[in-house]
Amino acid sequence: MEHYNMNLNLKVWRQQNKNTKGTFKMYRVENISSEMSFLEMFDVLNEQLIKDGENPVAFDHDCREGICGSCSMYINGKPHGPWQANTTCQLHMRAFKDGDTIVVEPWRADAFPVIKDLMVDRSAFDRIIQAGGYISVNTGNAVDGNTLPIEKQKADDAFAAAMCIGCGACVAACKNSSAMLFLSAKVSHLALLPQGAPERTTRVQNMVAQMDKEGFGSCTNTGACEATCPKEISITNIARLNSEYIAASFAD
Amino acid sequence: MLNSKIPAGNLEKKWEEYKGHCKLVNPANKRKLEVIVVGTGLAGASAAASLGELGYKVKAFCFQDSPRRAHSIAAQGGINAAKNYQNDGDSVFRLFYDTIKGGDYRAREANVHRLAEVSVNIIDQCVAQGVPFAREYGGLLSNRSFGGTQVQRTFYAAGQTGQQLLIGAYQALERQVALGNVKMYSRHEMLEVVKIDGKARGIIARDLVSGNLEKHFGHAVLLCTGGYGNVFYLSTNAMGSNVTAAWKAHRQGALFSNPCFTQIHPTCIPVSGDHQSKLTLMSESLRNDGRIWVPKKLNETRKAVDIPEEERDYYLERRYPAFGNLVPRDVASRAAKERCDAGYGVGTSKQAVYLDYAAAILRYGKIEAGKQGLENVSQEQIIAMGKEVVKEKYGNLFDMYAKITGEDPYEVPMRIYPAVHYTMGGLWVDYELQTTVPGLYALGEANFSEHGANRLGASALMQGLADGYFVIPYTIGNYLADEIYSKGVDTNHPAFEEAEKAVRERIEKLMSIKGTQTVESFHKRLGKIIWDKCGMARNAEGLKQAIAEVQALKKEFWSDVRIPGEINEMNPELDKANRVADFIELGELMCIDALNRNESCGGHFREEYQTEDGEALRDDENFMYVASWEFKGEHNWELHKEELKYEVIKPSQRNYK
Amino acid sequence: MTWKQVFTSSVGKKLVMGFTGIFLVLFLIVHVGLNACIWAAAYDPADQGQMFNKAAHFMGSNVLPRILEIGLFAGFFLHIFQGYLLTLENRKKRSTGYAVAYADGSKWYSRSMAILGTLLLMFLVMHIYHFWTPSRLGGIGTVQPLEEVFYNGVKHHNLYAEMRDVFVGNTLIVALYVLACGSLAYHLLHGFQSAFKTIGIHNKKISGLINSVGVGFSIIVPLLFALMPLSFYFGWIK
Repeated sequence: MEHYNMNLNLKVWRQQNKNTKGTFKMYRVENISSEMSFLEMFDVLNEQLIKDGENPVAFDHDCREGICGSCSMYINGKPHGPWQANTTCQLHMRAFKDGDTIVVEPWRADAFPVIKDLMVDRSAFDRIIQAGGYISVNTGNAVDGNTLPIEKQKADDAFAAAMCIGCGACVAACKNSSAMLFLSAKVSHLALLPQGAPERTTRVQNMVAQMDKEGFGSCTNTGACEATCPKEISITNIARLNSEYIAASFAD
Repeated sequence: MLNSKIPAGNLEKKWEEYKGHCKLVNPANKRKLEVIVVGTGLAGASAAASLGELGYKVKAFCFQDSPRRAHSIAAQGGINAAKNYQNDGDSVFRLFYDTIKGGDYRAREANVHRLAEVSVNIIDQCVAQGVPFAREYGGLLSNRSFGGTQVQRTFYAAGQTGQQLLIGAYQALERQVALGNVKMYSRHEMLEVVKIDGKARGIIARDLVSGNLEKHFGHAVLLCTGGYGNVFYLSTNAMGSNVTAAWKAHRQGALFSNPCFTQIHPTCIPVSGDHQSKLTLMSESLRNDGRIWVPKKLNETRKAVDIPEEERDYYLERRYPAFGNLVPRDVASRAAKERCDAGYGVGTSKQAVYLDYAAAILRYGKIEAGKQGLENVSQEQIIAMGKEVVKEKYGNLFDMYAKITGEDPYEVPMRIYPAVHYTMGGLWVDYELQTTVPGLYALGEANFSEHGANRLGASALMQGLADGYFVIPYTIGNYLADEIYSKGVDTNHPAFEEAEKAVRERIEKLMSIKGTQTVESFHKRLGKIIWDKCGMARNAEGLKQAIAEVQALKKEFWSDVRIPGEINEMNPELDKANRVADFIELGELMCIDALNRNESCGGHFREEYQTEDGEALRDDENFMYVASWEFKGEHNWELHKEELKYEVIKPSQRNYK
Repeated sequence: MTWKQVFTSSVGKKLVMGFTGIFLVLFLIVHVGLNACIWAAAYDPADQGQMFNKAAHFMGSNVLPRILEIGLFAGFFLHIFQGYLLTLENRKKRSTGYAVAYADGSKWYSRSMAILGTLLLMFLVMHIYHFWTPSRLGGIGTVQPLEEVFYNGVKHHNLYAEMRDVFVGNTLIVALYVLACGSLAYHLLHGFQSAFKTIGIHNKKISGLINSVGVGFSIIVPLLFALMPLSFYFGWIK
């Protein structure tokens, strides 16, 4: 792989806190190596800003290996930037070339209020899980793990849904700010497994109700969520959620 | 002074005996007892959930925006359990034995045996929670093998086992939040332990969004805050992983044990440049099928694929024929370093070795052709089929490698190099996981207890969940049973006021320095000192230098650090400064500990102490103890030794040949 | 969960859209099948719209289609009303928009269902004015009744003649009809498969089938509809 250096213009959303109005600011970073990750490029910018006596750009990040779901930048009109099935922290600078202008915005949805700059409050996701995204089994109750064989295909499908990292890119990508891909991934994960069956009805009811309460929009199946999801969670899960919901609505 | 409270009796009966005789708290009293849990990784989330289920009033804290983001999530390979589902001779005893041996005989027998016993319950619990472990076509759980063992006892969910287990624990935790048994404080960082009459009674936490300090009371405080690998700056830990909570506890009287026992993981993506902010691990499971090699020729310039078979040095297979590429992590890491130091390293930096899948692709391709009953298949077809199999097994890891390096690992061998991954050292705890401060507990990676001087793969997840789900619910009752008489303390108590004041003053001091160097630059310098002199190989000379350098760095930090922004706002630089200040102090203690330990064992390799063929040379005569350090003041620690007594296992030189 | 809770939830509201959508798709099948009878005139010059008029007469005089017609209007109303409501609600969920829109993750027409639907609504008003009003309300107030023909002694509305009157020589009207068929095609291209997703079809084989059928339907049906005014306009049928 050939490496190269580049100079870039960054147009970054700056916002002091959730009560103030934000605005875009232009910055220039130089000698950025194509081997850097996108967040490392932001580290360079922040070091530069601190040296210049300015406030660095606040953004969420933690594991920097694409699994914790913290990072949340909307880069050049796409959550997590131009690569497919990718998180911001795994985006590398070879995706850009010298002289590019990169526009970086926070996730935008009223259910995800901006805390500062590119950092948003995604606690709504936790509250959706609290509404029923679990199997009610206390520690110590379990029977032997192999007493309940699970069809491999079902286990694999459940795993594919459970891969969701809760980053919120689906909400950010959706024109309706809908959280249906996130919600349906959890509902599918638990609905596909026999362990999830006893709470199937109430789970989907309560989780949908909580999602509505949090102020997310409804799903119009545009597929933008699936296209941007770093873990490639399938939109089929949304259809499965709908069928779970219909079944639940007939339950007494 | 150190009483590890190991129950009497036969090793395999100790835990049962303990459970049968420990004190219990009745349900009505549990409701009145408050427990603070700091950290929501596998240990913290499972503890908070389990204690909430029991009826305690729990407050859980994490610095991330959601408990689901704790760094346990990044664990890839798997979790061990002595289920013996594969009928390959596994048992609780073997898991116990492998863990003690893997830890180079520096762990407590009783703790490790308990860990092996409860390992089987963990799998059951996780399956019941809906953790989608990998399964066979018959619907039963699948296993794979991992380094340092000869049985298949590792349960996994593709390369995302940690994620799935953490999500399981997180869901259990959120369920308790919904039921009102646990109150969750996200984006909060613990900055002090509050002690009243010698007992831990609460914490001072900072709301990272508003910057406000908060006082929280608890009848007991659980630190589940992970390891301190970020002292090296570059590690596979998350950017936010820190030692602060453990360090505050240490300064409040909790002993810190074996800080020099750090694990360097052999299969990480090599450093590419100065800008690097963290290192990425490639699961150890890759060593199941990949072959590790370097060129036989010095200053080799040919591409990997152009180097013929007979000019490749498969050094692990050569040195350790019995375990081959599956030797424990410390052994594999050191062997890689040895080859690179000798000048056989590959890649632009020459600080890497090859992890090659060509042979595995060919082997799987042939098996696949056999399965499909194909004859006269071309080499290309075999390779194509083999790639498919490899993709199914390791696809996500290969994708990750490709994303980071821009190279296609299906075509060219991966380049790997060891990186800091896990810290076996941590807060000293007794059998009940209690530190030397009554009422203050440490769980998971934050404590020192189960892994000795080196942790085996797929054991970290096991320990975190064992502590949280199956150990602490019993042992904490033994302490809290005597606390039912103590009413909750008002947080206006002078001890809380003083602790809060001290925290506030420290923050104000940091902010008032207004120097010229960034927090990040100090962290980088600290990391370089520790990596160079207290990393994969250490010697007395270097360690002495390192101690002086770290002391000087501390002085410089407190006089020249620049932290922008304000105290009462979201200020990530201030958060980082708080953490780096503690890392600097820990760094000094690590070097002191490494200097004290005049032997090589597990992850601690002192160049002065090695066998003729370069293997670690233990000194059981003089160092079969847990080195536990008491904080005495600035640059001043006192050593306490907890002798390790091996009643069942006979320590011997580890042999993986 | 009460029915009220079901249908006021975000999923429930979408269910209304999905079910009414599928109902309207079924209506389109009937409508296009029936109207295709006009082409009988192309094969048999003596037909003069007889087949078509008879079919229309059946729909207009039999009680079952008349009941269904009420359902049809209700379906239209619900679909349109709920569609606008959801669009407005969803817009409100993001008060600060993006500087750079996310365009390549979804098809433009899937994001433009409200606009396509509005075009269709405007067309619907015109279309009802052209055919439904004179047929059903002819003779009431100022609405002119349709020309009448007798087949086997039974009185029929000559809707065929009405079509001829509306389309022949009226370039603008024909253009508007063709444009509406374009909107319909794109509306269906997203709406058809989306409706089935909304009502919970997630079996991979079945959804694969639905997707293919949906594409075929979205092309063939609007194309046939568009060919009707064009057939009169270009004199393929007289």
